[in-house]
Amino acid sequence: MMDSLYPVREGFSVAEQSAVVIANTAVNPEYRHLVVTAEPPATAALAGQFFHLLCPSSPDGNPFLRRPMSVYAVDAMRGRVEFLYKLMGAGTRGLAMLEPGDRLNMLGPLGKGFALDPAWKHIIVLGRGVGLATLAPLALMAERASVRVTAILSARRPDLVMSVDLFRARGAEVIVVNDADHSSEVGNVERLLRDLVARGRADAFFTCGSNRLLLLLQRLGNEHGIPGQVALEQQMACALGMCFCCVRDFHAPNGGVEHRRVCWEGPVFGLQEPLSW
Amino acid sequence: MVDLAVDIGGLRLANPVMPASGTFSDGLARVIDFNRLGAFVIKTVTRELRAGNPTPRVAETAGGMLNSIGIPSKGIDYFFDETLPFYKRFKPPLVVSISAPTADGFASLATELGVSGVAAIEANISCPNLEEDGRAFAMTPHATASVVARLRAATKLPLWVKLTPNTGDIADVARAAEANGADAVVVANTILAMSIDVATFRPRLGSVTGGLSGPAVKPVILRQVYQCARAVKIDIVGCGGIATGADAVEYMLAGASAVQIGTATFIHPTALIRVIDEIEEFCNHRGFSRISALTGALMRAGVDETDLEWRQEAGE
Ligand SMILES: Cc1cc2nc3c(=O)[nH]c(=O)nc-3n(C[C@H](O)[C@H](O)[C@H](O)COP(=O)(O)OP(=O)(O)OC[C@H]3O[C@@H](n4cnc5c(N)ncnc54)[C@H](O)[C@@H]3O)c2cc1C
Ligand SMILES: Cc1cc2nc3c(=O)[nH]c(=O)nc-3n(C[C@H](O)[C@H](O)[C@H](O)COP(=O)(O)O)c2cc1C
Ligand code: FES
Repeated sequence: MMDSLYPVREGFSVAEQSAVVIANTAVNPEYRHLVVTAEPPATAALAGQFFHLLCPSSPDGNPFLRRPMSVYAVDAMRGRVEFLYKLMGAGTRGLAMLEPGDRLNMLGPLGKGFALDPAWKHIIVLGRGVGLATLAPLALMAERASVRVTAILSARRPDLVMSVDLFRARGAEVIVVNDADHSSEVGNVERLLRDLVARGRADAFFTCGSNRLLLLLQRLGNEHGIPGQVALEQQMACALGMCFCCVRDFHAPNGGVEHRRVCWEGPVFGLQEPLSW
Repeated sequence: MVDLAVDIGGLRLANPVMPASGTFSDGLARVIDFNRLGAFVIKTVTRELRAGNPTPRVAETAGGMLNSIGIPSKGIDYFFDETLPFYKRFKPPLVVSISAPTADGFASLATELGVSGVAAIEANISCPNLEEDGRAFAMTPHATASVVARLRAATKLPLWVKLTPNTGDIADVARAAEANGADAVVVANTILAMSIDVATFRPRLGSVTGGLSGPAVKPVILRQVYQCARAVKIDIVGCGGIATGADAVEYMLAGASAVQIGTATFIHPTALIRVIDEIEEFCNHRGFSRISALTGALMRAGVDETDLEWRQEAGE
């Protein structure tokens, strides 16, 4: 098999790169933070875009397909890309074995990322679980565009909430909710959101990681005419729009339902476009 | 300089390496130089709009993957309005894969595709035949003969016929294609397979069964190429689990004149380019001035070689 990297030529917007692992550390019992070196075009990755990672084999198995992973942070100056990943199966458990100095074959940047409308002054970021990794780079993007952020971060337990410091460091107001004290229940999150809408803090909604929260935002967005964006996940093979593995259902412009590819038309879509699943 | 050019059923290719239908689209142009490919083979086109199968549509297996994409299709109008103009910008010839539920449907689609910019038709007859209880055309010599005859009468373009590995005697099916006017056979489509999640007791694919592809299928499809090569004189395009130049050479030695690469592109998007470079390197290294000399050059002990000296020479 072809494990080594094939030389990339200039001028292509997506490339396979052999990154060097700088750090790969546990954030909590379920999540790990991976920092790798990166060159262009990888360092051009935008918030909401992702990489397709060739995960090493481990005692948990030999991942054949690549695994999609959102950009958690990019530092083009220092040539770094970061990921925040949850331990799931063979792929992510293989990633967890990587030590500093090891190589990681990554393909990217891929997909369509988030976009900020210059008219927006204040946005709401609502994320849960793995979705927080995808939403995190929005904090920096908004700061650079002088857009204020209120981040509602949801998790099963308080110790599993991530990115609180990252959002605060970028000037965001952070509200943490969790299942342990029931604050993450849809009713409570809805109350928080309605309050923010009433105070003029919701020019747009951004979300990832929960179908229930997507439904809630679609409802509130409809009610108040507030636009938004959602990042979706789906199993992938190619991540380049070729195989049609990664489709989900969307409202078609003519009123029906149509398939769109999460890797190609997304992973970021307009808030009202996807059907819930 | 190695001459990489090959002639496949009347179509001249600058090199014998092309993508497999359904594993390639304009998206790959973000990663590789399309002008280096031997040909373009696009996702199977149908006349009507089709949604494809339920998700999950993909599952990984040891050394390969299962897919149950089906043939989602934006229809023939989309092909003429969007797909054809896109590929006209590049040098390699465009091979259009088609499918239909009836022999008539295949024939009318082939006729309609007789336009400038379409270099050859690849008839994907591995799809269900509504006139034969939904069994794939390519499962029997009889159904293959009738659909290929209709196609031959319907188009002057080079006609490639893509066979299914899910048949008892692929050589007989290849003979039926040849006898009814096919210019080449593509061997082969995916192997019908399934996988079950023991944690949930559910099938891993939304449509329960699907097609196996990738390195896991290579020995099976290689055997089928070999069997077809002994049965027919028309060109054979080998397709199944090819990921490296050595894999492509193996197919050519078994009798293929060209190769298609599918799943490998999902793992390494540069796989097509790499295989082209590696087969050229192979020829240089082994002193072949023409790649086409590899086709069918398999040496069988006691049959094709006069003595066993060749082992040493070849092994250097
Ligand atoms: C665009 C995108 C961005 C993502 N970003 C992140 C991120 O930043 N952090 C993070 O922890 N996870 C992220 N995910 C989910 C991550 O891809 C899966 O958790 C991972 O693929 C699981 O692989 P595994 O082998 O460990 O698990 P397994 O469950 O063994 O995986 C089996 C198969 O299912 C696929 N799969 C399983 N879960 C998912 C899923 N949720 N989405 C897509 N494919 C899945 C795997 O890729 C693999 O092919 C993202 C998914 C997508 C589509
Ligand atoms: C995701 C996927 C979609 C496919 N779609 C088609 C298709 O539309 N038409 C077709 O003739 N073959 C299709 N195939 C089969 C491939 O063209 C090829 O025959 C098969 O995958 C074996 O080659 P490989 O092992 O190199 O992938 C598809 C295969 C895959 C993996
Ligand atoms: S993963 Fe292949 S089309 Fe999206």
